[in-house]
Amino acid sequence: MKVSEYIKLGGYELLTKSDYGDREIDGCYTGDLLSWVMGRAEEDNVWITVMSNINIVAVASLSGAACIVLAEGVSPDEGVIKKADAQDIIVLRSDKTAYELCADYFKFTNNDKL
Amino acid sequence: MLKHYNIDGQDFSIAGEASSDFKRRLKKLGISPDVIRRVAIAMYEAEINTIIHGGGGECDAEVSNDKITVTFTDHGPGIKDIDLAMQEGYSTATEQIRELGFGAGMGLPNIKNYTDDMEIETEVGKGTVVRLIVKL
Ligand SMILES: Nc1ncnc2c1ncn2[C@@H]1O[C@H](COP(=O)(O)OP(=O)(O)O)[C@@H](O)[C@H]1O
Ligand SMILES: [Mg+2]
Repeated sequence: MKVSEYIKLGGYELLTKSDYGDREIDGCYTGDLLSWVMGRAEEDNVWITVMSNINIVAVASLSGAACIVLAEGVSPDEGVIKKADAQDIIVLRSDKTAYELCADYFKFTNNDKL
Repeated sequence: MLKHYNIDGQDFSIAGEASSDFKRRLKKLGISPDVIRRVAIAMYEAEINTIIHGGGGECDAEVSNDKITVTFTDHGPGIKDIDLAMQEGYSTATEQIRELGFGAGMGLPNIKNYTDDMEIETEVGKGTVVRLIVKL
């Protein structure tokens, strides 16, 4: 699934300037502890989190996340979007809970990863 | 390739900058994605430790024929019990640091898991040197 399709299917809000719509997504991870995300998320995962400070950009970039999805409608701290744009990281937002966002992903991919 | 980075111990907002820069350079060199990913993860954890525990320091990163070696040096408090520090979940990070998402006590275990070799030299009150090696 491409990021552009994912955004459309979920009706998520795009916070960064471009969705790099052809970026491929492969799998999904949720968590707020940065070392867990670094150690356990896989390349090209959607990363769902309520953590909204500037450090999420480096974590997404270094772990190779396809995009960050901020759950529960949280607002990113100042500077997050600017840094994400500079590093070609896609940041989305939704009012849904992390659980609901995982369930969305499960539906969109017809359960092919679990 | 040899790169030297200063790691600012005060500014959390630029944490990961050295790791991000080195990752970009490895990509340009055409290093395999798996190796790049492992170096990036281990290096980020070591960089964060240098900042939040070591109070800042320095990093030397080198690509040679057969391996990538990254060394972080700080003059912070040192590690009293390395075996304990290596345990998953052990952390002395403050509440304030934890609120940022750090301090899960998974940094050193992540470094160990993602590298071929890691060395820690530390002395209480003097500082810590963490060296990580990923084979090419
Ligand atoms: N450079 C360092 N200087 C001093 N103490 C360190 C350093 N790196 C790690 N430590 C100690 O080892 C513990 C475990 O480190 P780590 O596994 O990265 O977990 P975390 O950083 O989440 O606390 C730290 O909480 C700290 O007590
Ligand atoms: Mg750590």
